[in-house]
Amino acid sequence: MSSRNALPGFNLSLGYTLTWLSLIVLIPLAAVFIKTAELTLEQFWGAVSSPRVVASYKLSFGASLAAAAINTVFGMLLAWSLVRYNFPGKKIVDSLVDLPFALPTAVAGIALTALWAGNGWIGSIVESFGFKVAFTPVGVLLALVFIGLPFVVRTVQPVLEDLEFEIEEASTSLGASRWQTIRQVIFPTLYPALLTGFALAFARAVGEYGSVIFIAGNMPMVSEITPLMIITKLEQYDYRGATAIATVMLILSFILLITINSLQAWTAKRTGKKQ
Amino acid sequence: MAAATTLHIGSALADRYESNPATRESPWVKWTIIGISLAFFTLFLLLPLLTVFYEALRKGWDVYLNALVEPDALSAIKLTLIAAVIAVPLNLIFGIAAAWAIAKFEFPGKSFLITLIDLPFSVSPVVAGLIYVLVFGRNGWIGPWFIEHDMKIVFAVPGIVLATIFVTFPFVARELIPLMEAQGRDEEEAATVLGASGWRTFWHVTLPNIKWGLIYGIILCNARAMGEFGAVSVVSGHIRGETNTMPLHIEIVYSEYKFAAAFAVASLLAILALLTLVIKTFVEWRAAQASRQDVES
Repeated sequence: MSSRNALPGFNLSLGYTLTWLSLIVLIPLAAVFIKTAELTLEQFWGAVSSPRVVASYKLSFGASLAAAAINTVFGMLLAWSLVRYNFPGKKIVDSLVDLPFALPTAVAGIALTALWAGNGWIGSIVESFGFKVAFTPVGVLLALVFIGLPFVVRTVQPVLEDLEFEIEEASTSLGASRWQTIRQVIFPTLYPALLTGFALAFARAVGEYGSVIFIAGNMPMVSEITPLMIITKLEQYDYRGATAIATVMLILSFILLITINSLQAWTAKRTGKKQ
Repeated sequence: MAAATTLHIGSALADRYESNPATRESPWVKWTIIGISLAFFTLFLLLPLLTVFYEALRKGWDVYLNALVEPDALSAIKLTLIAAVIAVPLNLIFGIAAAWAIAKFEFPGKSFLITLIDLPFSVSPVVAGLIYVLVFGRNGWIGPWFIEHDMKIVFAVPGIVLATIFVTFPFVARELIPLMEAQGRDEEEAATVLGASGWRTFWHVTLPNIKWGLIYGIILCNARAMGEFGAVSVVSGHIRGETNTMPLHIEIVYSEYKFAAAFAVASLLAILALLTLVIKTFVEWRAAQASRQDVES
């Protein structure tokens, strides 16, 4: 590549990008940290470690981890089915996988609630066996599975599509069983993509609000998620408390963002492709 | 997120794997995997989607249509459209500018810049709303100045628009950057050397190459803009008929146990989501065709 670039518009486009980015994203985000810095350490600690807030961390973290794990397993199977097999309705399934990206979270929230509540299609079956899903922490988990579903499928699918056919043939002709080939040849290539999908689904789930609050029941200490705690504090005009919890969530977001970036770089390296 | 350029080789690739004994599983393994996948798909995607339409029409067409034309619903629809009409073009301009700088030029800190552009994806919607309250609220940085000048930003329409811009910030840029990087800059450089202005080069050389990705970025941005709930909920004053968007209207009507009415408005957003997926599928199909033509020519 030549060191001189003949194309115009670099200063204009970069300048515009940086200005807009700063105005919309960076400066408002900085407000959270600056507002938090106005708190004393005790005030901050008091806000982020009250029992009700800690209970919400446990639920948000636990349910997000479990949802991401469920999505990793089933998302991989779904991606595998879509790439490797032909079956009726495959095109429609493939298109609808992105539904959680496109469907507003509030719509997903009320739909999941109606489905899993005691008088819903699935809820009535489940409750006849003595389980309650809607308005419990299990409901939170279901909503988080819904919104995280496309992440694993869409991260694993392209990697599966790009796998080299000949490597599997070679593995089989060298005497490996199908299971050995899958475990020792295919899986090591998929592994980084699976981890990336897991991290993306987890990151999305931790911050999720709209689809969860309808089905959660929002009982203090039991089924309140952390984003809801921010809303609750705001409704009580406790801006300090809300900002302190937001700081905790933002720091977690940054850590996850850096993790996901490194995982994606690793996936790209493992599959020998430029991102 | 999968780029619009992902080649869906579809049935041809599956045929290839299934026709070779070395790369296929036994039928019962195959159908077990498909069965589990489809059960998961049905339980978590298909049934919630069907529920929306079932619940919306459960009490009949009259209730459905009445729920859509009542004044509060209409004003919510109007506000949602206003927010999208402002937010989407602004993010479109930003996306094109960012992609042009990032894809066509080399500069230090580029990957860091991409990370910053992605930031709104990883911030919780609730936090996204909160930041604007902190800046423009009564006790915020510049809030008092706006209040003095009789302008309301948060708990009013401008706040809703700002929050919408934030949550849809990366969509267009995210779609365009990989596309424009893959395109390289030879064609643009040739056009410039031949005397075309920057705008002309963009309109006649760059744009035709990226148009499908651009369309996909816009519709995804639009779907998210119209459907955003968490961020908008924080900055909206929840004033009926004034600062309620469609998702907020759904929440209020739902909390009043008017389920059929809530699902009626929800069904509009579900239709929008389905439309978005149809356009996405079409765009991917076009992109696949275009790249096949490239290979053939």
